[in-house]
Parts: sequence; C-alpha cells; structure tokens
Amino acid sequence: MAAGKEIRNKIKSVENTRKITKAMEMVAASKMRRAQERMRAARPYAEKIGRVVAHFSQAHSEYKHPCTIARETLRRVGLILITTDKGLCGALNTNVLRLAVGRMKEWSAQGIDCDVTVIGNKGLGFMQRVGANIVSQVTGLGDTPHVERLIGPVQVMVDAYKAGRIDALYMVYSRFINTMKQEPVMQQVLPLTADAAMERHAAHWDYIYEPEAKVVVDALMIRYIEALIYQAVAENMACEQSARMVAMKAASDNAKNVIEELKLVYNKTRQAAITQELSEIVAGAAAV
Amino acid sequence: MAMTLHVDIVSAEAAIYSGLAEFVVVPAEMGEVGIYPRHAPMITRIKPGSVRIKAPDREDEDLIYVSGGILEVQPGVVTILSDTAIRGADLDEARALEAKRAAEEAMRDRSAAMDYAKAQAELAEAIAQLHAIEKLRKKGVKAS
Repeated sequence: MAAGKEIRNKIKSVENTRKITKAMEMVAASKMRRAQERMRAARPYAEKIGRVVAHFSQAHSEYKHPCTIARETLRRVGLILITTDKGLCGALNTNVLRLAVGRMKEWSAQGIDCDVTVIGNKGLGFMQRVGANIVSQVTGLGDTPHVERLIGPVQVMVDAYKAGRIDALYMVYSRFINTMKQEPVMQQVLPLTADAAMERHAAHWDYIYEPEAKVVVDALMIRYIEALIYQAVAENMACEQSARMVAMKAASDNAKNVIEELKLVYNKTRQAAITQELSEIVAGAAAV
Repeated sequence: MAMTLHVDIVSAEAAIYSGLAEFVVVPAEMGEVGIYPRHAPMITRIKPGSVRIKAPDREDEDLIYVSGGILEVQPGVVTILSDTAIRGADLDEARALEAKRAAEEAMRDRSAAMDYAKAQAELAEAIAQLHAIEKLRKKGVKAS
C-alpha cells in the first residue's frame, strides 16, 4: 500500500493549502468591504477640491500657477506607479506594470526620459530589476492609505515639475470597476488641464486671496494633486482586496478539484489492492 | 426666513459636515473670519482651530475642530478642505527627502539602464503563468 500512503499524504497537503487559501479569501472579503468604504469616503474631498480648482481656473487670476501651464516639448516625464505591497492578487499588478512599461517604451522610442515614483512593494521590485530611474518611493502602506505617507513622494515629483526637470507627470493605477473587474489606467496629473467642458464665466471676477495668491494657490494645488494620488491609492487598495478575494476563491476551487481527483485515484488503487489480495487467496485455496 | 449659505467640511479621509448655516466663523491664517451669505469669493489657508457654524433652526452653534487646510468662499457656498496630516513647509520637505532617500537606497544595487526587453520578458512570463493557471482551472472545472 505504498502508493496509497503517498496519495493520502498528497491529499492532506492539498487540503492544508486549501485551508490557507480559504482563510485568505475570507480575510480579503472582509478587508475588501472596508477598503471600498474608504475609497468612497475619499470621494467627497476629491470632488470638492476638484470644484475649487475648477473655480480657480475660471477666475481671472493674475497669478498663473506653474502647474496649470502646459509645456510645449516633452523632454522628460514623471510617472507615479501605484501597485500593491503584497502579491497573491491575480493579474492586478501585472496588468498595471504592463501598461506602465508599454508607455515607457513609447516614450523612450521618442527620446523622452522617464523618472519613476513608486508606491507599493511590487512595483518597486519590478522597476528595480528592470533598472528604471526611481526618484522616490514609499512602501508598506498597510491596509489604510494615509495622506501623510504620500506627501513626500508627491512633493518630490511636484518639485521636479516646478524646477523643470520633468515636463509632465502621469500616474498609473488600477481603477476599481466592480469586485470582479479592475482596469489599469494612466492619468495625466501635471500639467493640470482645465476642463474643456467648463464654460467660462463672462463676468470678470477673481478671488480675494489671503494673504496672497501665490501662497494660497500653491497650497491648494499641492493638496489637489495629493487628493488625486490619495484617491488612486485608495482605489488601488480596494482593487487589491477584491482581486485577492477572487484569486483565492479560484485557488480554493482548484484545490477542491485536485482533492476530488486524488481521492478517486486513491480509491481505485485501494480497490485494486483488495482485488489482488482476494485473487491471491482464491488462487492459493485452489492450489491446495 | 434668514438667508442661508451651504457649508461643506471635508477631509481626504471622510466627509465631516454638510448643511445650511446662517453664518460661519473660520480660523483663517490672517485671523478669524466670519462669513455671511453672499460673501465675495475668497480663498485662504486656515489655521488649526474650531469652525463655528450657526445653523438656521437652532439657537446654539456647532463647533468643529479642523487641523488646518483651505477655505473657499463662493457667494452661497463655503467649502472647507480640512487636512488630515500635520503640515508645514519643513515637514513636507523632510518627507520628500525621506521618500528620495528610500529610493536611492533601493537603487544602489540596480542594473544599468532601463532594460525594456528584460521588462517585457518578465511580464510575458508572468502573463504566461497566469494563463496557465487559468487553463488549469478551466480543465479542473470540466473534470469535476
């Protein structure tokens, strides 16, 4: 019964794997709900600050913020790559990285260099291996996105933009469509493009700025960019948990199938062994 | 009925307050400002402090603490974008440096230039693996 014992061991090990994937599935399911709530909680702020920035772009302000002025030629672009910290979440990171690498390849074909800011361990590991120029990074965000952690890397990119080291800033992340579907997207962050659909107010008006336009608008713009990134990170986290839940569910189902197949083989060999024993006994009795 | 304006207080992590008010007092950077309906458009930074809101149907005022941020006033709408993080030019600079340093540390043992061929090969491998898993899964479903 050596074969039988081997198969039994194998069944046991697959069962253990299934227990783990099942547990991960349930953990991801409960985290997913919270991640989605956080993603929704971030929306009002993004909407409101978006509206304020839209108002500002309509105002006839004397001060033009550098972030709103488009540059004519692109020599170097910045890319903020948002990935997860941990794996085991299906094709989520692969899809994001594929989009990012595709665009970077296009840029390099046009002679445009690229600086990368990475948020999340997976993207960092990948960009390091392929040798991209990483200017700033943040990893280990955990399950809750914090604005505090994102200020640094965003500041690096915005400073680079203001100083003219990069001429445009993009971000790549997974957009949450629903639990089963996530989509990698690339979004332009800088220069901020005024919404073309917005009709300009005919009246000549401007804000009262206190203490002065530059200080206030700088503070507003950096917060707007951070809000964009924060929203993307929150969305990416919701994607991560739902992708993980789906991946782990698939893994659990696969394990179940494997166990069934192995059980069939095990029973067959057990029966074969019994039949063989019986025939041996019968043959032995006949010989007597 | 007295004229009212709409007040929204939001932070990046949550919506804090939304409702009508007769007037609002906000701790702006240059001193407290009281805002009545049809105030001229204004935009300013705010200091940490409490926002006082006088709701139209109540005697007492609502007090909401904000840790700084931005105040935008439109004639009928007051929007307060509250910060969740403690801010300051030096602090932000330090955070930027920290993020840079982390990247430099990570870059120290990297290979020379961005190798697109290698990147694509790695991605292709990952995609192939995922396809294989997908196929296995389908086969498994049919078998059962």
